[in-house]
Amino acid sequence: MLDGRAMVRRRAGWRLWLSAGWLGVLVLAALLAPWIAPKDPLAQDLFLGRLPPFWVAGAEPGYYLGTDSLGRDVLSRILYGARLALIVAVVAGTVTCLLGATLGLMAGFLRGWADVVISRFIDIWMAFPPVLFSILLIAVIGPGLGSIILAIVVIDWTRFARVVRAEAMAQGAMDYVASARVAGRGRIGTMLREILPNVLPTVVVLLTLEMGIAVIVEAILSFVNLSISTDDPTWGGMIAEGRTSIHQAWWVLVFPLITLFLTVLAFSQLGEGLKDRYDPVLR
Amino acid sequence: MSFLQIENLSVRLKDGAPLLRNVSLAVAAGEVRGLVGESGAGKSMIGKAILGILPRAAQVTGGRILLDGTDLQALPPAERRRRIGASCALIPQDPLTALNPSRRVGPQITDRLVDILGWARPRAEARAAELLSEVQIADPGRVLRSYPHELSGGMRQRILIASAFAAEPKLIVADEPTTALDVTVQKQILRLIHDMQARHGTALLFVTHDLGVVSKICQRLSVLYAGMVVEDSPVRDFFAAPGHTYSAALLAATPKYTDPEASLTPVPEAVIAAVQAEVAEADRRAAHG
Amino acid sequence: MRLLRSVLLRLATTAVTLLGVAVIVFFVIRVVPGNPVAMMLPPGATEEDVARLSALYGLDKSIPEQFLIWAGGVLQGDFGTSITARQPVLALVLGRLPATLELSVMALVIAVALGGVAALTGTRLRGTRVEGGIDVANGMALSVPDFLWGLVLILLFGVLVPVFHISGRVTPSLDLPFTTNFYLFESVLRLRFDLWADIVSHMFMPALALAIPLAAIIGQLLKQSLKETMHLDYVTLSRTKGYGENHVILREALPNAILPTLTLVGVQFTFLIGGTVIIERLFSYEGLGNMAIEAVINRDLPLIQGIVILFAVIFTAVNLAVDLLYALLNPRLRHA
Repeated sequence: MLDGRAMVRRRAGWRLWLSAGWLGVLVLAALLAPWIAPKDPLAQDLFLGRLPPFWVAGAEPGYYLGTDSLGRDVLSRILYGARLALIVAVVAGTVTCLLGATLGLMAGFLRGWADVVISRFIDIWMAFPPVLFSILLIAVIGPGLGSIILAIVVIDWTRFARVVRAEAMAQGAMDYVASARVAGRGRIGTMLREILPNVLPTVVVLLTLEMGIAVIVEAILSFVNLSISTDDPTWGGMIAEGRTSIHQAWWVLVFPLITLFLTVLAFSQLGEGLKDRYDPVLR
Repeated sequence: MSFLQIENLSVRLKDGAPLLRNVSLAVAAGEVRGLVGESGAGKSMIGKAILGILPRAAQVTGGRILLDGTDLQALPPAERRRRIGASCALIPQDPLTALNPSRRVGPQITDRLVDILGWARPRAEARAAELLSEVQIADPGRVLRSYPHELSGGMRQRILIASAFAAEPKLIVADEPTTALDVTVQKQILRLIHDMQARHGTALLFVTHDLGVVSKICQRLSVLYAGMVVEDSPVRDFFAAPGHTYSAALLAATPKYTDPEASLTPVPEAVIAAVQAEVAEADRRAAHG
Repeated sequence: MRLLRSVLLRLATTAVTLLGVAVIVFFVIRVVPGNPVAMMLPPGATEEDVARLSALYGLDKSIPEQFLIWAGGVLQGDFGTSITARQPVLALVLGRLPATLELSVMALVIAVALGGVAALTGTRLRGTRVEGGIDVANGMALSVPDFLWGLVLILLFGVLVPVFHISGRVTPSLDLPFTTNFYLFESVLRLRFDLWADIVSHMFMPALALAIPLAAIIGQLLKQSLKETMHLDYVTLSRTKGYGENHVILREALPNAILPTLTLVGVQFTFLIGGTVIIERLFSYEGLGNMAIEAVINRDLPLIQGIVILFAVIFTAVNLAVDLLYALLNPRLRHA
């Protein structure tokens, strides 16, 4: 009994640090890409196509993780790809969170018509297959960073809305809210000052999760070639390419895949680690 | 010869905190023994140790439990389970949570007979119906086919009592069987347990914090404090003149309808200090001995 | 009587939801810049050709008008004609549906099996290192989406240790005697286990990729539920009767622990079905999801509409089925 709790705190420790560590490395890589990337990510050289990573015979010095079919350096492209991934993660994650949480808060606390309309909306929205919907949106409004962010927000706001709505309803039924109302606080005031702080921990955990999801959605969109319009490297695009040349040049798929895998894992474990650490019940 | 013999049983939590301190107890065949004490005194723990259902965090650190002469601890786990299942039974405290909500009542009575004792199903079902009549349930057939949530708390407790007597056990542990019931139902259930015990001749270990109940149906009682037995006497002697200051205080603290004011006397500080000193002394002796 | 009312209410809400879906998808894809018809014609097409083709597909009318025409058709079973395939949308879509259904169901079965084993093992061995290991594996499987698992599986079992096929639904050179598109199901009915084996070896990887996140959810939830159930009095009582740990977990705790898991699994199953879109693309599996992506890329409006509506119908059907199943299994509700 006592063991279990001590164990959870210790585990939360290394989970938090490892994931924060990886994400920190990623942020640095993205920021310093122009300086630390060994090669120009867009430079093509067909004579240097499909070179293996440095520990395999036939490698060319300077191209540490090998090159793709067009001779572009894999490592540099991964570093530059981190920029897009992180921008999408932070911006899309935050906007989705704000929109979803606000609507959820309104629905859960104000109840009445707001709840009926918003809940119906959520139901309709959840009847859409998310990936398909996002692909559809991008196809409709055209590729680009803004479109990607919009697509992610549009398909995933329900995640926040549902959870925050449930929390707001539960909190709204609690005594401290009744006392605040008796003390004369208006409805909006109560909502913001009493309920919001209690809902915040859940929202923060969901936010980190959402960032991971945003990275994945972007990767999927790049995979089907519906992401950004320029030639800038994206992890998803690299994966799509790597998929086709998987037997001849496995490294083109493997390295961006590992990076993506670790990044998504890091985001979700960050959320879990935060939840373990700051969940008042567990303490 | 005692059917149940507990010798110097000690149980501790994994982190070291003692739950039972050198408990010794003997219950003869057919005897009704009361186990009294305040909450946390360890009375339930004794029953759990016998039946092999101690919490996972607790373990036996010393002593023996002899059931009809056999040391339970010395048996291999599967055999011990079978032995306990065949010769002992539990009447649990809360009838609302002691029946599996997803299964009908009938199988919950007959399962032990069929799976553990190898009875044929028709024989087991007949026995179940018979037992339900014994505990004064009208229309046993319908009740056997019902789900627990369709029945009242009092009805469920009767079913649990019937189920306990199903395999004709030699020892039944009743763990505060009336505590969770309405006052009006308590008396009926108590009477029922008393009658069933007399009719079947089963030894009964009755765990309770209510001395009034003990006076009605027990022949001997043991008083527990902090996992230690402070008194072990015949009931008649106990109520005439308790053998330990703590027991006396406990008796005095029992509310009496005849003299409400006088009976609201809590156990005095001095008495508690004295008995705690005894416990500490026992621990010291155990650590050194 | 009360049951009838709640059923009708349910159907009404479902209808509203589906209508909402239809409206949204209809209007969203018509905001498209550029005329999809123009994509179909050769470069030398005249304005007249474009106009004529637009009229043919009803694209020259106002959007609300188009919606009413389309909705009217739908209620009669006519979902329009695919622009790229020149065939009725309904037939095309129903033709691909079995493939996706089989894939989803196979994924569900795998997920339940894996998750169930993880939860039961973790419960049986609770407190040991094995349970800790299961928790870690679960956590990881939960955090990584099906898309990535698909890629990992392609690398592991398609390239590194080529045991399974990573492309397509069935080996192209095989001669298929099937009358329906339920290849997997029919191959069993016809006792053609050679075909069955080939189909399974194609389906296993995509199904597994879809299954892993769901298996993790099931594993975690069920284990938690079991853990709580194991503390209940009726479980302890069962032990006193002489039953061992395995029986107690499987026969006493499990039937009660399953119920809370069920509703969440139902919702997650709809997510799994949504995941077929990208997984089918990844594995070049000829199902609804793959067709959907193609349709979007080709701006095939009627086909897109048809597929999205079908997915929405499937989702609501699954939700309904789960609620029904829950009501059936919960003795308290059944006998209410």
